[in-house]
Amino acid sequence: MEKVMRLAAEKGVVIFSKSSCCMCYAVKILFHELGVNPIVHEIDQDPEGKEMERALCRLGCNAPVPAVFIGGKLVGSTNEVMSLHLGGSLIPLLRPYQTLV
Amino acid sequence: MSSPSTQFATSRRMGIYEPVHQISMWAEPFRGNSSPNTAVSTIQGDAKLDKSEDTSQGTIGPLENHDQEANKPSDKVLRRLAQNREAARKSRLRKKAYIQQLETSRLKLTQVEQELERARQQGVYIGGALDTSHLGLSGTVNSGIATFEMEYGHWVEEQNRQNHELRTALQAHVSDIELRILVDSGINHYCDLFRMKGAAAKADVFYLMSGMWKTSAERFFLWIGGFRPSELLKVLMPQLEPLSEQQLLDVGNLQQSSQQAEDALSQGMLKLQQTLAETLASDPVGEDSYMSQMATAMGKLEALVSFVNQADHLRQQTLLQMSRILTIHQAARGLLVLGDFFHRFRALSSLWAARPREPA
Repeated sequence: MEKVMRLAAEKGVVIFSKSSCCMCYAVKILFHELGVNPIVHEIDQDPEGKEMERALCRLGCNAPVPAVFIGGKLVGSTNEVMSLHLGGSLIPLLRPYQTLV
Repeated sequence: MSSPSTQFATSRRMGIYEPVHQISMWAEPFRGNSSPNTAVSTIQGDAKLDKSEDTSQGTIGPLENHDQEANKPSDKVLRRLAQNREAARKSRLRKKAYIQQLETSRLKLTQVEQELERARQQGVYIGGALDTSHLGLSGTVNSGIATFEMEYGHWVEEQNRQNHELRTALQAHVSDIELRILVDSGINHYCDLFRMKGAAAKADVFYLMSGMWKTSAERFFLWIGGFRPSELLKVLMPQLEPLSEQQLLDVGNLQQSSQQAEDALSQGMLKLQQTLAETLASDPVGEDSYMSQMATAMGKLEALVSFVNQADHLRQQTLLQMSRILTIHQAARGLLVLGDFFHRFRALSSLWAARPREPA
């Protein structure tokens, strides 16, 4: 859990993902489209991956990955990201971190 | 020398041989199915033998070694010949029965197809009913999809009723409070659909994605189990004017956000296709790696369910955001416009199905 929280606190947009997960891929594509270069942690390639997955589940998302943090705060999984975006609230959150324009 | 022929002659004269022979012949067919033809062929057979015997006694020469053998071989031969005739006859009858069965089935199939076409034209939803994957393989799959098809049929009926009510209310210029009730029911009705689709996706995601539960023209626009929300917005927006500056801006942003989200999901789907193909393309060595290959592939297919859910989530969110951006009156008109749009698609599909075609 500490590792997850430590990594999550990194500045910017942090996505916990699995290299085999295509929904994670879709979320990454969306962030790129919005001009953001997220920090991606592929937990299936991390030696502590299993524990990280358990920790992410405990955070309350319906799926452990993708788990999105912006500025150290948990945003949620795909559902939450999509809802925020359609509601127009995602881009304001991303503005400080938009590097690719 | 004369003894065999004497025997024959004796039996003929005494009438013993023929009747006995006939009875044994008849016994054969009666074991199977009875037919008046048997006696005829038997008699004919006997007549032939009698004839050959009459023309030359030498015909049965080789069998004339001694009394017993003279009778038995011809007895056996006669019996065998009769059995062959009988077998051939039965075979012909079986073939005839089989062909009749095929003809009846073919007729039945044509009738069922005609009924189906008639039902389709009347706008009844008959989705994958003829798809054998739903017939009996797994109880849960079957009932999940059967339930969905039934519920969707009711959903469309209710949709038409609600649309009619909206049209009447707008024409009658009812109060905003009454409109709000209608708008809320309308939105809830769509939410019901997304809930139903979620359950159906769990039962059989491929069925849902095939769009077989929708009419043919709707299927032309299929994107991950339904319409693209951004496309609907683009097409129906002109019907909602006039809108305020802020509203135009908000709807524009919503359209763009939805498009970006849709594109991301489309890319995810492509990636899923790619990885599934790659998984199945490699040649596994040994039973273990075959099992692991299949397990990986199964996991990919499971991921499809989450994509369908996300696509429906986008549709729902678009609807909710529009109800937030629009005034209650505009929202009522918006729901009516949307309902009419889908209704015209269904009408088009019926017309298409009923169009005159070249005879096959």
